[in-house]
Amino acid sequence: MNHDAVLEQKKIMESEWGGGKAPFGVSWRKYMMWIFIVSDAFTFGAFLAAYGLFRVTSAGWPDTYEVFTAFPFIGVEAPMLFVAMMTFILICSSFTMALAVSASYKNDRTKALKFLGLTILGGSIFILCQVYEWYHIIHDGATMTSNPWGVPLFSATFFMITGFHGLHVLSGLILLTITALKVKRGFYERRGSYEGVEIVGLYWHFVDLVWVFVFTFFYLL
Amino acid sequence: MSSEQASLHVDIEHHKESFISKYIFSYDHKMIGKQYMITALIWALIGMGLSWVMRIQLAYPGQQIPIFETLLGRYAEGGILAPEYYIAMMTMHGTIMVFFVLTAGLVGTFGNFLIPLQIGARDMAFPLINMLSYWTFFLASVVMLLSFFVESGPAAAGWTAYPPLSALSSAIPGSGAGQSLWLLSIALFIVSSLFGSLNYIVTVLNLRTKGMTLGRMPLTVWAVFIAAILGLLAFPVLLAGAIMLLLDKHLATSFFIPAGLYVGDALLSYEGGSPILWQHIFWFFGHPEVYIVALPALGICSEVIATCARKPLFGYKAMIASLLAIAFLSFIVWGHHMFVSGMNPFLGSVFVLTTILIAVPSAVKVFNWLTTLWRGKIHYTPGMLFAMGLVSLFITGGLTGIFLGNAPIDIQLHDTYFVVAHFHFVMGAAALFGIFAGIYHWFPKMYGRMMSNMWGRIHFWLTFVGIYLIFFPMHFMGTTGVPRRYYAFTEFEYTMQYGGMNEFITIATLITGAAQVIFLVNFFGSMFFGKKAETNPWKAATLEWTTDDPMPGHGNWKGEIPTVYRGPHEYSTPDGKEDFILQTDSTGFGKMDKE
Ligand code: HEM
Ligand SMILES: [Cu+2]
Repeated sequence: MNHDAVLEQKKIMESEWGGGKAPFGVSWRKYMMWIFIVSDAFTFGAFLAAYGLFRVTSAGWPDTYEVFTAFPFIGVEAPMLFVAMMTFILICSSFTMALAVSASYKNDRTKALKFLGLTILGGSIFILCQVYEWYHIIHDGATMTSNPWGVPLFSATFFMITGFHGLHVLSGLILLTITALKVKRGFYERRGSYEGVEIVGLYWHFVDLVWVFVFTFFYLL
Repeated sequence: MSSEQASLHVDIEHHKESFISKYIFSYDHKMIGKQYMITALIWALIGMGLSWVMRIQLAYPGQQIPIFETLLGRYAEGGILAPEYYIAMMTMHGTIMVFFVLTAGLVGTFGNFLIPLQIGARDMAFPLINMLSYWTFFLASVVMLLSFFVESGPAAAGWTAYPPLSALSSAIPGSGAGQSLWLLSIALFIVSSLFGSLNYIVTVLNLRTKGMTLGRMPLTVWAVFIAAILGLLAFPVLLAGAIMLLLDKHLATSFFIPAGLYVGDALLSYEGGSPILWQHIFWFFGHPEVYIVALPALGICSEVIATCARKPLFGYKAMIASLLAIAFLSFIVWGHHMFVSGMNPFLGSVFVLTTILIAVPSAVKVFNWLTTLWRGKIHYTPGMLFAMGLVSLFITGGLTGIFLGNAPIDIQLHDTYFVVAHFHFVMGAAALFGIFAGIYHWFPKMYGRMMSNMWGRIHFWLTFVGIYLIFFPMHFMGTTGVPRRYYAFTEFEYTMQYGGMNEFITIATLITGAAQVIFLVNFFGSMFFGKKAETNPWKAATLEWTTDDPMPGHGNWKGEIPTVYRGPHEYSTPDGKEDFILQTDSTGFGKMDKE
């Protein structure tokens, strides 16, 4: 056997992709979440693309600054203020999520739990806000087939896209709750890795990022 | 060995299996692969039965066929298939063949069965969702099957489910409950495919054995890996479309329904939607879907050809590169299905360009196969025959693809039998041949027994000749404008002239279909009575043939998983004693795997 082949084999066995190990030390669980996220992004992408087409081809798409004006308890119209607040809260929850991940990697269980709790709180407030917003525009007369502001597809796409995103937030909350319980019971400590927290975190950041797109395209533009 | 695999191994050894955990809710990738295979074969029989119904109707329109009434009941009262149910049978045939036979029969079957065995892993990364993937697929199957029994009959908007037929429940009988079940079933199928793909991809990334670089993986694994990526990106888009279509159907939104539409005399109150949008969404998924089934078939073909020609695969790297190129291009060609949808001709010409570009990597593959065969010591096993048959079908169907990819020609040929001929060659028959090649080749590993070579060869020749007799004449019908999705060709002069040809095609269909009985008897008979297989009956070089038993148990290898020292298709190499070198052969490498 020639010497080159032996050297080559040596190099392969030590290399990142040489087999027998996880490339770059990333576990398959984490790869799986990344890949799922890419896939899910395509679903949202299709919804948003469809929305874009409807918007461009419909005459008289409603002005969101006139539709989303409600804000609880203040009694005056405040265009976009409420949804801006929702968005801010969700982004904050991404921030607390990142803190939870870094705390858990430092094996600081109490701190990790605290930040996971805050993340769950943020997500829950977001969902409640969304309920309020749905309630409000349904009250104003919006349905899947018509709405007082013009093109029926406006409310149809609104309910579809925010609804689909809301389901993602809801599943995220369930995952976060399970993760928090596992942290509390010392599951990750026994396993010797807090990777599970990080993986849920990836999902949560993704859900938040999607919202930023929804916010930008549906509300702001 | 990674710790993940080690713990799996321990689990397996201390695990007593009941009937249910072994054969039904099994976590073992090999059993799951076989479950996919058997289910796909059952579906293939149903799909074939439907093609018989269509063919008999087309050859003998208006004649009473008593057995139709017995089998189809109210869909064929008095033994005459009703027109609206011809379309329903056609829709179900297409759907069943594309999703439940080819996707499940290739990606589901060989992805599951081969990936861990060929990369040297004990199982998939996440056996639980692997099991769920099969059972979600099973549920999708049940829902699709149920739709045959609803009052208004199964879906009838074509396998492409174009609105408004698919979106307005009142349009035709099949637009009702049948279409809803169709959409539900497809949604379940998408979830199942997502579970599967996630698993295939991470398993390939993370669970390869020592020395198994990406560049040493057999081409089947490469092909399934890339097909899984395609599925992961294409199916979610269809999911979004299916959700919107369901909303249109059940909540009266008008995503895909334009304003000003009449059903009967009544003006519908929809406004603003775009049926063309569905076509974009569907084909953004639909074209990659063609490759989700084609790539694994091409991968199997490459591997079987190299093994049975006893030569290294010519251009292994070029084969991988061409798979990647095809996969990439498949996402930017979907417009070639929409040349007659009123598409801007300039945009159309862009899609022409991308479509024709696919011919380049496809031709690379064909020439590499031919070069591999060139002066090979060919062993004409049934698997090899089907692989070579695939090359022929792929060339025939690929050439007509170049016609159809050109907008000016497609505008003439769109929705004619030329298209039926084209996709049955390049997608239908070629992929089916991939399944057959794979089954004949890996049957010994699946069941520890050999299938009969002689009956396999007879099965091949009848099927191969049959496919050409059935589908080749359709090109001529298509070029003279005979439309597809027609119930009968009795109304127009120019279609009536094909009465004899239609009858010929139908007879060929019945004979070819009957020939499949040979396969079924061979398959199920060999499962129990076949000759006991050796561990490596084809003298192949890849890892799955190095297991301790001919039919490996849970965990695949009894001892350590072997280390890999070389590429997957090394045959007739000058320094070997035999005409092949196993990937695990460490002669000359000393004791380097002991750290
Ligand atoms: C030898 C077996 C087969 C025969 C005789 C056959 C025959 C037919 C016939 C007669 C049609 C209807 C054409 C029309 O009315 O326009 C059809 C449609 C179709 N077949 Fe097959 N077929 C066979 C196998 C397959 C396979 C293996 C596939 C897998 C891809 C397949 C996929 C389709 C599709 C996608 C359609 C179109 C359905 C639609 O228009 O919505 N067929 N086939
Ligand atoms: Cu295409």
